[in-house]
Amino acid sequence: MKLTNRSVVVSKKELTWSEKLYLPAITQGLGITISHFFKKKATVQYPEVEKPRTEIWRGRHVLKRDEEGRENCTACGLCAVACPAEAITMEAAERMKGEEHLYREEKYAATYEINMLRCIFCGLCEEACPKDAIYLTDRLVSPEYDRQDFIYGKNKLVEKIDDRIDIVPRKK
Amino acid sequence: MAKVTIDGIEIEVPDGTSILQAARMIGPTVAPPAMCFYTNLPSSGGYCRTCMVEVTKGSEKDPRPMPKLVASCRTQVMDGMVVGNRTSEKAVDARKGVVEFLLLNHPLDCPICDQAGECHLQDLSYENGSAKTRTDFERRTFDKIDIGDKIQLHMNRCILCYRCVKVADQLTPERVHGVMNRGDHSEISTYITKAVDNEFSGNMIDVCPVGALTDKTFRFKSRVWFTKPVTAHRDCDKCCGKVVLWYKGEDVLRVTGRKDQWGEVEEFICNTCRFDKKRTSDWVVEGPTNLSRHSVISANHYEKLVVPNELTLNDIKPLNP
Repeated sequence: MKLTNRSVVVSKKELTWSEKLYLPAITQGLGITISHFFKKKATVQYPEVEKPRTEIWRGRHVLKRDEEGRENCTACGLCAVACPAEAITMEAAERMKGEEHLYREEKYAATYEINMLRCIFCGLCEEACPKDAIYLTDRLVSPEYDRQDFIYGKNKLVEKIDDRIDIVPRKK
Repeated sequence: MAKVTIDGIEIEVPDGTSILQAARMIGPTVAPPAMCFYTNLPSSGGYCRTCMVEVTKGSEKDPRPMPKLVASCRTQVMDGMVVGNRTSEKAVDARKGVVEFLLLNHPLDCPICDQAGECHLQDLSYENGSAKTRTDFERRTFDKIDIGDKIQLHMNRCILCYRCVKVADQLTPERVHGVMNRGDHSEISTYITKAVDNEFSGNMIDVCPVGALTDKTFRFKSRVWFTKPVTAHRDCDKCCGKVVLWYKGEDVLRVTGRKDQWGEVEEFICNTCRFDKKRTSDWVVEGPTNLSRHSVISANHYEKLVVPNELTLNDIKPLNP
């Protein structure tokens, strides 16, 4: 039974004298290879050259601070429950007197960890966040030698006060 | 016996049953929500107005409809009564208004509140309220009052359901807290900030439909949906000792009474069980608590996972024996 029109009947007929030389076939193949030297390359020399990424790229996460530099995250746990990969864990703590300039609300995340190996960068955590705290940025997760180093804690996630990350394009 | 029709479903109930109880006998699809009524607390109910229903036919003898919506927790059924709850446009609309009023002064601090995930007001507003606030004035706030080291009072979140006052009146010999002031200024407070330290005072936490009274020993420990509820019991000389333990890993983070389908505690427990017995060795564990599939607490819990049986050669039967 013939299933498709593309099937080809394999023939084992004897090669002609010119075919037995293999030279025309080799030059034909080389020609294809050499023609690629002059074509535009599909690859880039990463990390010296980077391919352009869109502004709303879903990359490495950031925990935002507000205008006064206080952490937005209150450890409400909605990102963790929304996370399909179960990559986020956190522990909450109560804000003490004198810490009002550090945390915006009376509860804050004492620890907040994202396992970047589990994360699938879907952006559901960002969507679930009621406090405008977590955002995905156009930055990449850097390669590491140790699996443990892919578990990002607050030291890697919270944005630096003097080095804010602009997430306005993602908010649109 | 009285025959009553609720949302087109007929049921026969004993005389003296309230409309709410009759609706609950039919099932959760027709039962009106209740924020202040509590089966185990006599004389509760009638404050929150969320259980309002429309009575289109008073009774067999007097078939006139009731002129206004009635609070179903405080209205008794009569033979031949016809009640509209979900099917009544008036009742649905009125409930939407009631939710809006309840939320007028309720702070939007669910991300911080320990009650989030098991809060009746959250469920109520999700099911019956509107998604947007129409007011932009300041919400009412109160000064913080410390009512002891076991119970945390957040007066800002209180919806004045009076359940905790009923607990104090009915379960404890002498009440030290109550509602002060009137109208918009009402607040739950203790006499000159006297600590609430009665043996059954912890039940105030369980009956509170919102996060106004929460467990101070559980404060900010974990969100409820990261904990795993386990049914357990122990021999207690003060109470029934039937509880739910909320585990995170190996630790018991808190102990609560067992709640039924309507979110009401089946039997009240004492403070010793609630606050002082937080080791697994104190309890006889019965098994995981069955929660509604729709509850956020059951999110990411896989204890009910059923693995399909793998076929063996013996299972395969010939088509034509």
